[in-house]
Amino acid sequence: MSAFFRVVWIVVKKDVTVEVRSLELVLTTVFFAVTVVLMFAFGLVVQGAAIDDVSAAILWIAIAFSGTLALGRTFERERQNDTLRALLLAPADRPAIYVGKLIGILLLLALVEAVLVPLIGLFFNAPIFAHPGRLVLMLVAGTIGFCAVGTLFAAMLVRARTRDVLLPIMLYPMTVPVMIAGVRGTAALLQPAPDLAMAQFWLGLLGAFDVVFLILALWTFDPVMTD
Amino acid sequence: MNQLTVAGVSKYFGRRKALTNVTFTCEPGQIVGLLGPNGAGKSTLLNILATLLSPSKGAVTYGDRSAVDGGAEIRGRIGMLGHDLFLYPELTARENLAFFAELYGLPDVSRVVTHALEQAGLSARADDYVSGFSRGMRQRVALERALLHDPALVLLDEPFTGLDQASTAALVSRLRDRQRAGRLIILATHDLDIADTLVTRAIFLIDGKPVEDAGGGRPLRERYQAAVAARPA
Repeated sequence: MSAFFRVVWIVVKKDVTVEVRSLELVLTTVFFAVTVVLMFAFGLVVQGAAIDDVSAAILWIAIAFSGTLALGRTFERERQNDTLRALLLAPADRPAIYVGKLIGILLLLALVEAVLVPLIGLFFNAPIFAHPGRLVLMLVAGTIGFCAVGTLFAAMLVRARTRDVLLPIMLYPMTVPVMIAGVRGTAALLQPAPDLAMAQFWLGLLGAFDVVFLILALWTFDPVMTD
Repeated sequence: MNQLTVAGVSKYFGRRKALTNVTFTCEPGQIVGLLGPNGAGKSTLLNILATLLSPSKGAVTYGDRSAVDGGAEIRGRIGMLGHDLFLYPELTARENLAFFAELYGLPDVSRVVTHALEQAGLSARADDYVSGFSRGMRQRVALERALLHDPALVLLDEPFTGLDQASTAALVSRLRDRQRAGRLIILATHDLDIADTLVTRAIFLIDGKPVEDAGGGRPLRERYQAAVAARPA
């Protein structure tokens, strides 16, 4: 087990070092996510008031779009010098390599969300500080579910010529349940009178999706990467 | 790894046949040249030998174990240098080698990396980013990355591409050194002149099918041309 987490740590450390040097993914995903929020804010906020629950939907749209961008670019980086093959050739547990890549993308999206959530609060008058702990849990659970599937698909498609088209086509239908649970759960927290029971229900559902998606991804990563 | 056995290996990508019934056996201490025109299936075969692809038919055994039941242990005894060099341009030469040394679970990473940099003749450039290196320098780092864990089976895909004479001579010398240490080296190349001086055995692959090496003491180039000419219409 310690060998598994050692490999996870080595992959995460490498991904963070590469990203800190280039800042390519951080800058593109943050700017993209901010642009999405700004466009919706100018379109949907009229006289300082937004449509009910729209802030939660826009938050998750921005996370899904910037997450897809991050997934594609992360594996494009591994494709350029065929380094993914070098990772797969190492005598390490391949699921550990998957977890390492997943954590790298989660860290990146955590940064994006740290910028996005205050913007949503600012532009849509959403009460982001009403239940901050629950909101963070909702974001963490939803992002894990989205990225668990996304990391697997992005790795699978790394050698496909049409990967940029195929990734969203494969990813969005699979993660629709996660997105719906994320939007409904976040909306329950951000409405003027938060519905904590409803938020708890959607959070539980997200947790269940995470467990299922993570188990499936860990189970299938090795065989799908060999062919 | 005592012996590498490739038995009736075929590989299909959809309806396209990349390899058809490839069979051969290699022993430790050999340098085997995998020769054939573009698209002959050399890289596909190397990827199968590296356990990165599974054959559609047939089997590869490493000693008495297959890639399926050997898993990580088999991979730990293989070193591969691909046509793309498996290096991160945003990292320095030292960081690249240290990353792979850690990933392979090697003890005393610092010493291993320092030795590898010396072998590559890049000690003075160890802390420079790989993105600033010439193709030849990158190739030298990549070769040392592939040899970090002293693999029993070394797989090289077009290792002489973009190398000047001095770098080619250094690579040939390094490969002979590994051969003397009893390692099995399989290299795919188009450079018949270098291959003729280096390989102890040639395997010709034409359109994904192995073609018998006529041998007979003739130069490799002549034997290769005879094999290409004998390809089925």
